[in-house]
Amino acid sequence: MTISEMNFFQRMVYIVQQYGMSLLEGAGTTMAIAIICTLLGCVIGFAVGLVQTIEPHKNSNIVKRAILKVVKFILTAYVEVFRGTPMMLQAAFIYYGTAQVFGINLGMWSAAIIIVSVNTGAYMAETVRGGILSIDPGQREGARAIGMSQFQTMLLVILPQSLRNIMPQIGNNLIINIKDTCVLSIIGTVELFFTFRSISGALYTYFEAATVTMIIYFILTFACSRLLRWIENRMDGPANFDLATGDTLAFTSGLVRYDEKRGGTH
Amino acid sequence: MDGELLRIEHLVKTFGTNEVLKDIDFSVCKGDVISIIGSSGSGKSTLLRCINLLEDATGGRILYHGQDILSGAMDEDSYRAKVGMVFQSFNLFNNYDVLANCTIGQVHVLKRSKEEARAKAMEYLAKVGMGEYIKAKPRQLSGGQKQRVAIARALAMDPEVLLFDEPTSALDPEMVGEVLDVMKDLAHSGMTMLVVTHEMAFARDISKRVVFMSDGRIEEEGTPDQIFNHPTSARTRDFLTRFNEGRA
Repeated sequence: MTISEMNFFQRMVYIVQQYGMSLLEGAGTTMAIAIICTLLGCVIGFAVGLVQTIEPHKNSNIVKRAILKVVKFILTAYVEVFRGTPMMLQAAFIYYGTAQVFGINLGMWSAAIIIVSVNTGAYMAETVRGGILSIDPGQREGARAIGMSQFQTMLLVILPQSLRNIMPQIGNNLIINIKDTCVLSIIGTVELFFTFRSISGALYTYFEAATVTMIIYFILTFACSRLLRWIENRMDGPANFDLATGDTLAFTSGLVRYDEKRGGTH
Repeated sequence: MDGELLRIEHLVKTFGTNEVLKDIDFSVCKGDVISIIGSSGSGKSTLLRCINLLEDATGGRILYHGQDILSGAMDEDSYRAKVGMVFQSFNLFNNYDVLANCTIGQVHVLKRSKEEARAKAMEYLAKVGMGEYIKAKPRQLSGGQKQRVAIARALAMDPEVLLFDEPTSALDPEMVGEVLDVMKDLAHSGMTMLVVTHEMAFARDISKRVVFMSDGRIEEEGTPDQIFNHPTSARTRDFLTRFNEGRA
């Protein structure tokens, strides 16, 4: 039976049988790029977002203020440029630009990872900035009041809470990255979309190849969104807590238990 | 003066053109329990926030054991670690449980060992009646419980003086008592306290001195008996009369 004699389902089965391994490899490449780049993008985003929320200290001199201003300007320019242009063009610009102007051949993988990370970082920077601004100023004051430094306050109190708040947005970025790696086909990265084009080009079965590839994309994104929801729940911790009644440390000698004196408040 | 912890001299704070604190002078000695009373907007809270450097004073001096804090004679963070603060809105760290709230500052600021910090935290949590709740997150506690944990958190840092910024104002009436009881115990144990409050009974019964603030100035200062029973200033009398009418 030739391909032209098959019905829709037979063609799909045929594609899976013939190109199953290529599709899996493509899916693997897509996931690898999406996960690595979302993580790197988060690191970039946290760094950039953090710097953008720094307020100059009241005693810092004019040089420090000037440096901070320049750095903030550069970072804002980075965010605006990479949010404001299509990633497909950024890919072509960076990949062919580095080859032509600097004579550097980045290689498919490093080019792909640089482009998607830097692009994700630009979006994450704004997300992180929003996450930091969303934390009640009282949290910062509480930390400063017990003597924590600016750095400790950020690291131990503000950032963990911001991270929790922006988890849905990080999930968004991961899912967008899974789908948007398809623009890397412009620089020849063999990911899932590239595989789809090879199959449909070889067999002239666009409808069936698209259906199979879409199903794979959906399985990837749906699995990721469930996984992220699970991680969020883990971060929230249990809804209930145990009373530490058996804890002997709770009754240090020489101290009066508050609730005994008041006849119990629980 | 011997035993003097804090001395505030000519403290001025302006927000834009609005002068919130005008030439404040007073001092806090070891073991003092001072209540600061006055109507809303009189600058009470701003004064406390300036003392803890949460607001930058516009002028004047804050001397801690004779060292001028505002001139940078002492590291701001180590000064803050010595001057505890309890906030109206608790400001417990939402990402940590009760025990971690009370140990994090000890471990990261005072560099105590985890075991030592835990023992200290348990000691003070037991003291405020929250020893059983060490595993709870702040969102799982009532307002009164949160404020008691916040007091334990501040105490665990072994501060020399504790500042209370309207500690019971955000609480439901039935929870005010449990927090005030903890504060009374603290006052009796000799803790140096500076309390901004609208709880006149507390100010009258517990404090050694009462400061009445009005319009950014200290209008009158004295023993509870002087302020509540024999106020010399007309503004103090007005305030107390209005306050008692509001209560009646």
